Amino acid sequence: MKLTGAEIFIECLKREGVKTVFALPGGVVLKIFDTLHQQKDVEVILTRHEQGAGHMAEGYAKATGKAGVCLVTSGPGMTNVITALADAYMDSVPMVCFSGQVPTSLIGNDAFQEADNVGLSRPCTKYNFLVKDVNDLAATIKEAFYIATTGRPGPVLVDIPKDVSMAKAEFTYPNSVSIRGYNPTYDGNKWQIKQAAEAIMKAKKPILYVGGGVIFSGAAQELLELAEMTQIPVDMTLMGLGAFPGEHLLSLGMLGMHGTYQANMAMHYSDLVIAIGARFDDRVTGKVSEFCPYAKVIHVDIDPTSIRKNIHVDIPIVGDCRTVLRELNQILRATVNGEQKDLRKPWWDQIREWQQTHPLTFHQEKNGPIKPQQVVKRLYELTKDRDPIVSTDVGQHQMWAAQYFKLAKPNRWLTSGGLGTMGFGFPAAMGAQAAFRDRLVLCIAGDGSVQMNMQEMATAVVSKLPVKIVILNNGFHGMVRQWQDLFYEGRYASSYLDTTPDFVKLADAYGAVGLRVKTVGDLDAVLKEALATDKPVIVDVPTYPYENCYPMIPAGGCNHEMILEDPPELKKKQSGAAKVTPEDKDTVLTA
Amino acid sequence: MEHIISVTVENKFGVLSRVAGLFSGRGFNIESLSVAPTLDPSMSQMTIVTSGDERIIEQIVKQLNKLIDVIKVVDLNETEFVSRETAIIKVHTKDADRAEALRIVDIFRANVIDSTPSTYTIEVSGDPKKIEAIINLLQPLGIKDLVRTGRVAVAREPVRSAAIQAKKVARD
Repeated sequence: MKLTGAEIFIECLKREGVKTVFALPGGVVLKIFDTLHQQKDVEVILTRHEQGAGHMAEGYAKATGKAGVCLVTSGPGMTNVITALADAYMDSVPMVCFSGQVPTSLIGNDAFQEADNVGLSRPCTKYNFLVKDVNDLAATIKEAFYIATTGRPGPVLVDIPKDVSMAKAEFTYPNSVSIRGYNPTYDGNKWQIKQAAEAIMKAKKPILYVGGGVIFSGAAQELLELAEMTQIPVDMTLMGLGAFPGEHLLSLGMLGMHGTYQANMAMHYSDLVIAIGARFDDRVTGKVSEFCPYAKVIHVDIDPTSIRKNIHVDIPIVGDCRTVLRELNQILRATVNGEQKDLRKPWWDQIREWQQTHPLTFHQEKNGPIKPQQVVKRLYELTKDRDPIVSTDVGQHQMWAAQYFKLAKPNRWLTSGGLGTMGFGFPAAMGAQAAFRDRLVLCIAGDGSVQMNMQEMATAVVSKLPVKIVILNNGFHGMVRQWQDLFYEGRYASSYLDTTPDFVKLADAYGAVGLRVKTVGDLDAVLKEALATDKPVIVDVPTYPYENCYPMIPAGGCNHEMILEDPPELKKKQSGAAKVTPEDKDTVLTA
Repeated sequence: MEHIISVTVENKFGVLSRVAGLFSGRGFNIESLSVAPTLDPSMSQMTIVTSGDERIIEQIVKQLNKLIDVIKVVDLNETEFVSRETAIIKVHTKDADRAEALRIVDIFRANVIDSTPSTYTIEVSGDPKKIEAIINLLQPLGIKDLVRTGRVAVAREPVRSAAIQAKKVARD
């Protein structure tokens, strides 16, 4: 029997196990929406903006480990989803985006709502397709899911012209895919793995530096075994949080620009860096020429281009993190003995000293303004037994969340790392909630970022996605303000946001629940009330506006040269200033 | 340092822009690029002349390999190779210049492929130095038009037998 392109599309989604599509209709995709409307296997979540649809697909993918799917129309629908594609590409998120296209006969004619979707998305997708013939549609969709989810995962775009969705063809879904130019390497080179094991046995000051690759390859268990067996401390990247239990004795927390003191010091003074599924981003390396000056480097990554892109690697291993770690653990199991513990005792003594002398700190006065760290800390303590999924936007609140919300398991942490996309957090949380209706999903946001996709509150209410948003509301683009204080002599150019909107009323206007924390004494009660509510909630927490995020390695700085607290001139300026001063507002006006 | 990279790709629309986009997006140089189908019409052969230090070339090769439409990448600088480029040069020729132009054509084993009373169109093949040289010599006559193909290159067959090697040395 022949099916229409739209019917083939749905059959393919079912074969790929897709239950949810985040979508927004338009002229050229109406046939697909009409067909979706008449079936029950695939749920459509109607978003209010295509960027929201894209981030929801990302959140879904990060929480489930499966490809997220979104569907948008041609022209503006496509251009709106570009940010989400670029975000997914930077953070290796498996995702398939379907876009509508004008009929094949009109392509290139500047038709209404036409855009060169394949051209627009080329630099921000792993691969993309324009389907010109309905007979190719099923095989193309199969390839799209295959490419998105294998090797180093990433977003794939499938562009479907209107006439292709309406034309009919016999439906056959291929069982397998073979692409001659695409053969990811999964098994690491045995000789190199042996070299790595030998280096690990000999190292006096080893450190594990693990990233998002561990999560995507499902290697958390293998990593835990490796670390415990060899007693090597673990540093996590922003994307790697959850790959290793945050409260484990071997965990040093996050490293990098706002990483913990011990994590960065351990990298700097290490004699063996074991990088697993991490890519030596500039937010981690700081000044490349002085990065890990005493260390040999082992780098395990499935993407050969990640290896030796930024820094020199002594033992490169191209392969899947889980496969490689299994092999490595097998070798080590036979060789590890008590000697390593003695060998590394001075190293652990040093690390414990760093931890004790420079822990993460903040000062919460009993009746003083609410410190943002206090909010994250309490939220963590109140929810950790419920194994929540946590998303963030981008900025100071993201770094505090990364520092104080210690995740125990992978696939719980949704954040925009590489692209640093403000507005990511709320829709990503909704995507995860759509995948796990019964779980607790939190979104820690800033008052700046959250406004970038606030329209999706309508989606959350209508589609019953009870995400809990906690806004650390400091009235500023906080990270911008921090940089202006540290590097631009405190001139707050376009960083002050004032006290609008009223997020409680805004939540109410959307049909969600809005709550406000007035004093630090109220914090627990209000958070508990939010957590007990079975609806989308915004908790607005006005926080101390001048709090800065430390430790901090200035961009291009060296890893062991962290700024640990406000410089004296800043302290003087900010002492007791709980409210934004009129002078600061003036700076805004004159900037 | 200059490198010649030979890239076998799928013969599909959009592949050239993926390769070109990779070079422009990552700030790699392209000095020349030539593309044509191979014996197997489903594939095309690209010859890319680029430059950079060892690390950049390693990245270029890896990034090219990462493209899904790329089937094979060979950095020809890692082996012996032969390369050629063709130029077509239209030269103003009047009176005595016509004889001079023909002499130059002769010296460079080039061909005149079109002629009018006031111009010759000359075709020449060789390595880039040879092309530069004939251009320099023809310039005083007045070059009206110049097109170059960019280089194409292929690895030399390895010389396996020592006897053949010895013979070659003796002949040289």
